[in-house]
Order: sequence, then C-alpha cells, then structure tokens
Amino acid sequence: MGEDALLCEAHDGVLDLAVQKRIWALSEALEGVDGILETVPGMNNLLLVFDGLAWDHASLQQRCVNEWTAIRATADGGRSFDIPVIYGGKAGEDLVPCAEFAGLSVEDYIARHTSPDYTVYCLGSQPGFAYLGGLDPALARPRRSSPRARLGAGSVIIGGAQAGVISRASPSGWHVIGTTAVEFFNPLANPPALLAPGDRLRFIVEAVEL
Amino acid sequence: MIRIIQPGPQCTVQDLGRSGLRKIGVGVVGALDTQALRIANMLLGNDENAAGLECTLGGTEFVFEEETAFALCGADASATLDDLPVPGWWVRVAPAGSTLKLAVPRSGMRTYIAFAGGLDVPVVIGSRSTDLKGGFGGHEGRALRAGDRLDTLPAEMKVRGAGFGLSAAKLDLLPAERSQPTVVRFIAAAEWMELQEASRTIFTSADWRIEPDSNRVGYRFSGSALELTRPLELLSHGILPGTIQLPPSGLPMVQMGDANTCGGYPKLGVVIAADLPKLAQASLGTVVRFEECSVEQARDAASAGEARLREIARIIDLAQRVAA
Repeated sequence: MGEDALLCEAHDGVLDLAVQKRIWALSEALEGVDGILETVPGMNNLLLVFDGLAWDHASLQQRCVNEWTAIRATADGGRSFDIPVIYGGKAGEDLVPCAEFAGLSVEDYIARHTSPDYTVYCLGSQPGFAYLGGLDPALARPRRSSPRARLGAGSVIIGGAQAGVISRASPSGWHVIGTTAVEFFNPLANPPALLAPGDRLRFIVEAVEL
Repeated sequence: MIRIIQPGPQCTVQDLGRSGLRKIGVGVVGALDTQALRIANMLLGNDENAAGLECTLGGTEFVFEEETAFALCGADASATLDDLPVPGWWVRVAPAGSTLKLAVPRSGMRTYIAFAGGLDVPVVIGSRSTDLKGGFGGHEGRALRAGDRLDTLPAEMKVRGAGFGLSAAKLDLLPAERSQPTVVRFIAAAEWMELQEASRTIFTSADWRIEPDSNRVGYRFSGSALELTRPLELLSHGILPGTIQLPPSGLPMVQMGDANTCGGYPKLGVVIAADLPKLAQASLGTVVRFEECSVEQARDAASAGEARLREIARIIDLAQRVAA
C-alpha cells in the first residue's frame, strides 16, 4: 500500500471471527513499536503505516509473519452494549420492505435482528462506525441501487450481509430499519468513539412504529 | 479577525490534518496541497501546522478587521487587496478594513491563505482541520459561509514593511498549466496484477481526464474502462489518501484527504506522497497520466521534496533577516 504502508491479509475471502481475534492481537502487539505509526484493523486484515527510515516493506512483513505464527487470539474481553432501537417509522422506512424481502413477518424480522450478540470487528469508513459480525443471514439484502443522499446518525442499517449503525449523518446505500438515540461518535469526548474492536452489542426493541 | 464576504465554491479551515486515528474511522483531512500550506506558514514564521484557509477554485472574499500579515500560496487566483494585485508566495501586511479577493485560478485548484499566528479555531481530536463529512473541526465542522468571523492566534514574528517572498517559478512551485498533463507516480498495490495486461498498459499510457465532480474526497477519471482478470470481492480494509481504486465502472478513482478510512474496491496502486499535492492542484477537466515507480523512487522523491522545503526555509530565514 504505497511507500509507507503494508496491508496484511489473513483470510481466504471468508470472514472468520477466530482470525479477527488474532488480528486484534497482532494489532496490539505492533501498536507502539518504534517506527510503526498506525495499526488499523480491518475485516480479517491489518493496515500498518510505518516510518520509512525505521522499516521497509520486507522487514516489516517478516516481523508480522513472525508475530502471527506466535500470536494467540485476544481473550474474549470487550464490553457489552445494549442499543435500544425504535424500529420502523419514517426514520426506519425500509423495515417493511426488508421483512418482505426476507419473507418474514415484521415481528419475526425484528426478533431475528435483536437475537444475536453482534461483535465489533473493527471501526472505520466514517468516524466511530462499527463493522459488525453476527447478522442472521436470512436478513441479508443487497444494497440499494441508488444511495440515499443522507441518513442521520443513529440510523440502524442493513447492507448486504452486514448490520450497522450510522455514526455521523452521511449518504448511504444501506437499508434503514430503525433508529437509536445512542451516540456512537462524539468528537469532543475522550475517547471520541463509543465502541472498540472486540466489543459486543445487542439491539433491543424500544418501540415499533408501523 | 477576518470576516467572510463570499466564501467561493468551497473554503475551509485546514492545517496538516489528523494522523493516527484511522482505527476509529477518523480520516486525515487537512490541506490537500500540504506543500503550499507549509510554505505559506513558513513565510509568516508560523508553525508549519498552523491553520489557514483552503480556497477551492477561488471566489473567496473577506475583510481584515484588524491589521494582519498573510501569505498566499498554491493556485494563482489573481488575488487583490483593495483592488491592487497581491503576488502569491509573498508576505503582505493587510491594513485594518482592507478586502482580499480571489478570482478563479488560471491554473491549479486550491489557494492557501496563511495568517500570522494561524487561525484560532478549537483543536478537535488533535487538529484544527475541518472534517466536512464528519461535521467537526475547523469552523463549526463546515465550509465557511458569508458572515463567518475567524480570529488569529498571537503571532511569533512581527512582519515589517512591504514584506518579502519567493520566486515561485524559479523554485518550481507553480501548479501545471491547464494545457499540460499532470504526471503522477504510483506504487503498484495488491490487485495491480489482477488487472488484465492490456488494461495495465492502458492505465499507464492513456490520458485520464479529471471528472468535474472530483473533490476533497476523491478524484474520478474518464477514459476507457479497465478490466480485471476475474471478479473480486474484497473484505473492507484500511486505505490511505492516494489509493487508486477500481470500482465496478472500471474507471479508476484516487482517494484524497477526505476519503473514508476503509474501503473494499480493488486497489491498483497508491500515488506517492511527493505527487499527491500535484494531483490536488490538477484542474477539473485536465489530463492526468499515471507512471509506475518503485518504493525507492518514491522515497527519493519524498527526500528531495523535504530537502527543497529546507532550502526554502533557508531562503525565507535570510529574507526575514534582511526585511527586519
């Protein structure tokens, strides 16, 4: 990835939580090492930004391979968050079409959305946005062909096989099924992002508006 | 204190941006032509990271409400101070009540205006830069509007007289003329060899025209669509400004400072750091050519750039002493 970065991939194209736990461990092991400026966990991969005076691609790659073979998955730590959601209504206008697409009643659809423990794989794309693993595959739905110009912060969304919550108002091609008042990113807070990799969250029903 | 009369198409407060925050989804943002902002700050004796204005495609007009030293670098937007021409790459003292106006640049995209002391906006997550998508930093997390007022911090250096400046042409600081193609070098990335051979040749030999909707997030190009040897589904991963991606359209795009921190499109390469300011100044509708280079060449170009900045610092230091 250019002159000062290395992207380490650790998968064969299928997302795996066990691999992700080792990615978190590798990220922790390399964070703060002299000449490593940034460790950025992705989905079963890790981007490293380095100082070209301290490392070159080959030496850093060797270091990563050595660490990877020795490293154990991060122990299950992380925090648990309950995210109260108002499903449906104007701010969740894709709820009914998404339930229809899945061939489920709205009640069953919500039950399947609220039953899993979702794991935060990594943060990225927009400030504080969490890539979540754990969506029931029955709820997967291809993204909209034309993105909406704006979805507000707190929009609870489904895109392909992924679930998420918009952390800052932005354009989005994902389907919006509800909304939450939980703030996922506050630039004036320390830390600014609510979630961290390894955290788990569960959606709970605050209300359903049809 | 300055008061904005007209911001122009997009005028934002920027310093050199936020680093080390991709892991929480916070991007670099900051001045896209870092070299121009650094030099503008150096001319005023500011920290190189002091916040200034990035004015895209000119059109900016504001009033100095008190006497303030300033410098303009980057795109030459035929600036005037109370209707008298102001040279770029030059320190001037604006009297209280005077009005600075930028026209549309003849070449280049972005004009940087630094102020003695730097703009006084709050530091948010380690930087004064505006994150337009995130809606924070800079002035209220947004582009400037008519009526906005911005303060400056106390200046380190007292500027005297008519000021001094740099010979931009001699130092090769001017953005390319519109008629000239902008050549940017890149280092091949993970999916480069997944491009069909003919497409690799097209990518490095064709004239790529910058699409008019290109902006601080990314540059898009028109040309003939490139083809992969097989369809690719990638998992999302961290990306950097300069990453050249290939979306399903087959037309490449280059991520810029306001890019998302994560992406999933195939990556053809990464524009080298030394050439990113050049790309940021390449005008909409003009031609860009991509030239593959090695990591060593990229490092040499980066060192040469830093050496040139040190040389410019030396010239400025000398000029400041003479002016004093």
